[in-house]
Amino acid sequence: MTPSPRLSLAVELDGDGAHPAAWRHSGRPPGAVLGGAAVRAAVHGAEQAGFVLATFADSPVPPSSGLDAAGRLEAGTRAAFVATTTSRIGLAPTLQVATTEPFHLATQLAALDHATHGRGGWVVGTANDPAAAATIGATPLAPADLDRETRDVVDTARALWDSWEDDAVIKDVATGRYLDPDRVHHVDAVGARFTVRGPLITPRPPQGQLVVLADARLGLGGLADVSLVRADLAAADSPLRFVEVEVVLDAEEPAVDRLAALDADTVWEPSGALRHVGSADALVTLLRELAGVVDGVRFHPAVQAVDLPILADRVLPALAALRRSPGRTLRESLGLPRPVNRFAASVR
Amino acid sequence: MSRIQQRRLHLGVFFTGVGPQTLWADPRSAPQMAIETFVDLARLLERGLFDAFFLGEGLRVRENRGRVHDLDVAGRPDAITQLAALAGATERIGLVATQNTTYNYPADLARRLAALDLLSDGRAGWNIVTTDNAWTGENFRHGGWLPHDRRYERATQFVEAAKALWAGWEPDWEPADEGRAKSWSRPGAIETVERGTDLVEFTATPTVPASRQGRPVLFQAGDSEGGRELAARHADVVFSAHTAVEPAAAYAADLRARLARHDRAPDSLRILPGASVVLGDTPAEAEEKAAWVRREQVTGPRALSYFEQYWGTDLSAYDPDGPLPDIEPTDAELDPSRGTISIERRTGKRALIDRWRQRAAAENLSIRELAIEVSSSRPPFVGTPGQVADVWARYVRERVVDGFNLLPYLVPQALTDVVERLVPELQDRGVYRTEYEGTTLREHLELGPA
Repeated sequence: MTPSPRLSLAVELDGDGAHPAAWRHSGRPPGAVLGGAAVRAAVHGAEQAGFVLATFADSPVPPSSGLDAAGRLEAGTRAAFVATTTSRIGLAPTLQVATTEPFHLATQLAALDHATHGRGGWVVGTANDPAAAATIGATPLAPADLDRETRDVVDTARALWDSWEDDAVIKDVATGRYLDPDRVHHVDAVGARFTVRGPLITPRPPQGQLVVLADARLGLGGLADVSLVRADLAAADSPLRFVEVEVVLDAEEPAVDRLAALDADTVWEPSGALRHVGSADALVTLLRELAGVVDGVRFHPAVQAVDLPILADRVLPALAALRRSPGRTLRESLGLPRPVNRFAASVR
Repeated sequence: MSRIQQRRLHLGVFFTGVGPQTLWADPRSAPQMAIETFVDLARLLERGLFDAFFLGEGLRVRENRGRVHDLDVAGRPDAITQLAALAGATERIGLVATQNTTYNYPADLARRLAALDLLSDGRAGWNIVTTDNAWTGENFRHGGWLPHDRRYERATQFVEAAKALWAGWEPDWEPADEGRAKSWSRPGAIETVERGTDLVEFTATPTVPASRQGRPVLFQAGDSEGGRELAARHADVVFSAHTAVEPAAAYAADLRARLARHDRAPDSLRILPGASVVLGDTPAEAEEKAAWVRREQVTGPRALSYFEQYWGTDLSAYDPDGPLPDIEPTDAELDPSRGTISIERRTGKRALIDRWRQRAAAENLSIRELAIEVSSSRPPFVGTPGQVADVWARYVRERVVDGFNLLPYLVPQALTDVVERLVPELQDRGVYRTEYEGTTLREHLELGPA
């Protein structure tokens, strides 16, 4: 019996790969990663392979403070850059809650969703170390304050995405009204550290709400659509649970030798994610096992130039019956319903 | 051998995304939020060899007496996000984001603009605007924190900080032999930027090198003393308000004098006023079309809404084709903060209404007819393509302006006319490029290295 498709496959596409020394094994100069061609090649490759989602890691500070990559393009612009040259893959940049304006963040993500006709997502970023906080002239928040800030910003972004009802633009030529002001709402979001009046300057995103992905340890529960869990496969009460899987695959060299060579340059510290070092076939077996346990997997290819093509050629095709296919919107791809607008529900 | 370079006109389009100038009710009007509208427009402008496509900014949806203003086109994307999408869909055109210096964090905005600049391979621009508007501030963490008289001080420090961040990577930051290099970047090649004033405070290490054009091109639009000084110190282009010959020439002379005081060459700044243009096959047809545009822009409901702001009360029971309201306005002065009233009209509405009444009586004008006269102005350039090209050729030869930022009344139709009919006339007169010679926005503008 063919199992019904139930595993969503996502891939993280930051830089040259997830391993800190990936840049040494990419066959291109360090600066190549900082241009449109590299971003486009990575995302187009992932779309061709059949991934339902590409994510873009980010931080307000350089990715490495030592010998490895010091450069990175801001993630929201990277995601938007491929909006019109892709048609199926979801695009989810990491945007920060503690070092940005919630209103700008919500607008940027809404714009991404419009530009992609509903393929936008958001990986909730919580950079809060002294260097990150200093980029806005602040000091780090205490852990409890960061938790509160994270909830407040996510909640505010969601309220702002609802601030225009779907049918707010009426273009009623007879009365000269472009929009119905009863369907565009102040949100009056009140966080512990900020307030936002609203409405958003951008009409409701095509998906209603973008898909929010967050580390399960943030404990966002239902405020997130997808909880990202680690090797412990922790429980999470958001609609979907994806496990983070780092991969080093057998290529011209065996995976263990590749990892040893990479680690000889810079050690890839364990992040708590599952880490698969080995053959594509063994990875397929692992994924079949995971299919009954989690809703999806986010891959972190050690070296994009090496591991992404193997995922595309050897792993995803072997899972054809098991993995979900991309839909028209990211929500559709993941099997998430389009949310009802909170204002429409309460008013009418 | 020296050669006199023929001065050429530079064209951009300013897409505001809000306001009464856009004829959204016209069946030819493209959908306001559709990405296809923007992509088609940017590609049309590339066919027309334009320098730049601009997006406006407004960080709060306009309101009229406490309600969202419902008569104008509204709802727009985040500018940098949208321009990044357009960078992926175009090859040559400059992409300029209006962003204000009051409700942004300097390092965050500089980083996003730098990303746009690299992704577009050197086609990004930043139209620097300021605000002290506390009403807009209600959408942001610190509300209306900035005193009116310090907004350009903040802007200047913000821009200088952004420039420092954009210059933070040495040009030779990449190690010579990356395969065996000890580190990803040459040690010491990346500088951390620190600022510690009461207006700009941060410590940030830039995460990208310079683009092909060095840094985003800086545009400045403010016409106040503070705005002109900021332009003279830092702008590469001014998006000015003066289209008539004499004020435009006076403005240019003023700016060039300021440039000299800041040790900048007179040719280091481009002046591109905002302008709308209406074309017709004959002069009479163009005039007729211009009058039609104004009538369409000032609909009956818009005319009533316009006067409601001054009367301070609901006028919806009045017939826009009838006489002015006979009731007296409320005592409250106008609130210019809501995005629909210019700041100059903060006071004095009684006298203004008296003047309007006298004029309406003398000229026998209805509410709508008066609104057309007082709330809109005749487009500055109306005529056949040949006529407008003659006028523009003279402007650019006499250095009154370097070009225009066009404000379209109908998207894309008004711009299709410009690209297909006006551009060839300009080319015939030798005042417009016949191909893109460069790839960056800076090159399109014929500006020297940043």
